[in-house]
Amino acid sequence: MSDCIISAQGLKKIYQMGEVQVNALAGVDICVQRGEVIAIMGPSGSGKSTLMNMLGCLDHPTEGEYYLDGELVSNLRDDQLAVIRNRKVGFIFQNFNLLPRQTAMSNVELPMRYAGIRQDRRSKAIEALKLVGLEDRMEHKPAELSGGQQQRVAIARSLVNDPAIIMADEPTGNLDSKSGKEIMELLLRLNREQGTTIIIVTHDSNVSSHTQRIIRLKDGLVEVAA
Amino acid sequence: MNLWQAIIEALESLTSNKLRSGLTILGIVIGVAAVIAMLAVGQGAQDSITGSISGIGTNLLFVFEGNTSVDVRNPKPITISDSQALLDVFQAPSVEDVSAAITGQAEVVFGSEQKNTSVIGITPNYQTMRSLELVEGSYITEENVYGNASVVVLGNDVVIKLFGRDEGVVGETVRIDGSPFRVIGVLTKKGGSSFGSQDDLVLVPFTTAQARLIRNSNRDEIDLLLVQATSADTVLSASDEVSQILRTRHRTRLGEDDFSVFSQQDFVATAQSITGVLTIFLGGIAAISLLVGGIGIMNIMLVSVTERTREIGLRKALGARRKDILIQFLTESSLLSMIGGFVGIAFGFLIAIIVGRIAQASGTPFTPNVSLNSVLMATIFSTAVGLFFGIYPANRAAALEPVEALRYE
Repeated sequence: MSDCIISAQGLKKIYQMGEVQVNALAGVDICVQRGEVIAIMGPSGSGKSTLMNMLGCLDHPTEGEYYLDGELVSNLRDDQLAVIRNRKVGFIFQNFNLLPRQTAMSNVELPMRYAGIRQDRRSKAIEALKLVGLEDRMEHKPAELSGGQQQRVAIARSLVNDPAIIMADEPTGNLDSKSGKEIMELLLRLNREQGTTIIIVTHDSNVSSHTQRIIRLKDGLVEVAA
Repeated sequence: MNLWQAIIEALESLTSNKLRSGLTILGIVIGVAAVIAMLAVGQGAQDSITGSISGIGTNLLFVFEGNTSVDVRNPKPITISDSQALLDVFQAPSVEDVSAAITGQAEVVFGSEQKNTSVIGITPNYQTMRSLELVEGSYITEENVYGNASVVVLGNDVVIKLFGRDEGVVGETVRIDGSPFRVIGVLTKKGGSSFGSQDDLVLVPFTTAQARLIRNSNRDEIDLLLVQATSADTVLSASDEVSQILRTRHRTRLGEDDFSVFSQQDFVATAQSITGVLTIFLGGIAAISLLVGGIGIMNIMLVSVTERTREIGLRKALGARRKDILIQFLTESSLLSMIGGFVGIAFGFLIAIIVGRIAQASGTPFTPNVSLNSVLMATIFSTAVGLFFGIYPANRAAALEPVEALRYE
């Protein structure tokens, strides 16, 4: 377990919905090796979004321990979690979540701003945009880009602080099959060339078929860890 | 995130919704402009009133019959012998000079023109004590007083009304209550004053007025006693000495003076306290509109936080801390109020100038005074309003849970 970049034991998340307690996660153990590409799958309500929020340090588990890149993060305070997210996690969302008023360049620069990086910010952003093949679209705003291009900007943004893992939540869900395929190829290339660890939450078996491992969730528990 | 970047981002987000930002700013503009203009008007009123009071000379005391604060039975009139008693160097060392005057109303006629005005019977030193100046001619002299001369010095309003000019009238003869008087001098225009016009009057020798124009029941009675202190510093002691002498002479009971002594400072202090209340009142009303502007900012910022919930969630997912979000929204609200503040100061200046023009056109010379203090206060106050009313929305934004915010539709 020591070389797990993500290591969680007995992860539980209980939501209180009025009178009812909902066990979104009922004790999940996970280990993800450095450089792996894995998919998290499961029917809706199985807890995969909750798991992704936990692994992405967006939320606290109710119980259990979670080590990210060797650091115990399950009991950190909100602001400390923000710092961890900033440095160790890159997010890719289904609906891209770019700031609409800012150019591709400033969108990519955003995580570095919160990291307090001033020097080389621009050159790093350019580098990341080149990596996703958008060097000629750097000053365009999201509305002037296609869905596939927007998702590339989001990928560049997720890479720019050299995170330990990239969390992708249905990264191809809002794309046509062609650009979806391109995005998957891009993610896999990044994994091959940069050794980036990638966790993809998806319904799509076309997506999960490209990953090295699939974690299936059902009712808040890991069903098959193939 | 440094401050400069925060400002640029805030500007970007404000300009992305120009109409809304503009209207929000307008609320602050109106508030600040109102504060600036109202304080300027109040200050201008104060300046013009105290200015005209200061014109009467710093070391003068005015003694009137009667008491304004206590009801006194059978007040004795102030008489010529009272005024002479004040010249006693031993009892009143701080008194430099005393001038007695009697006043009344009379009709002054020249040709077909006539004017009702106040007639003041004076001794020559009245003119030096009030620092009256002449356009032409000469003052009333000791000889005029001793000789009961029928001569008159005309105030500026009177001469304009009667002759249509204020020069070349010396030597003409006017009739006051029917008696002919030779014009020997014309006073320069002094402008308005809190004691009625200083231009709508005529001066005649004391004895002449006493004998022919103004009938008092007691021949020795005088209406106004002017006392000049030896210097501005001795005004207070002069006032005490005058009171003491008059008390003895009138045999008044303790605390029941049948006369009142005013110094210029008393008038200034009274006028200042009145105009001060006026200024506070005007400024207070204006400040309410600034408050309303601040609530407008809060309202818009709350809408903006709700609208941008997803953006906030995203920023938090990318590593924004509580502090970063707080600064972002506070910067926006302070920018709104600061821009409003600066535009408002400019507008306030403009309004103050326009009010001044209107006052001038309607014959009351009065200059609104935009003081540096009020500008500073308005700037600080409006920025504080932005910060204060921005805190709640910004806090709300900063407290959003990233998971919830990202899921928000």
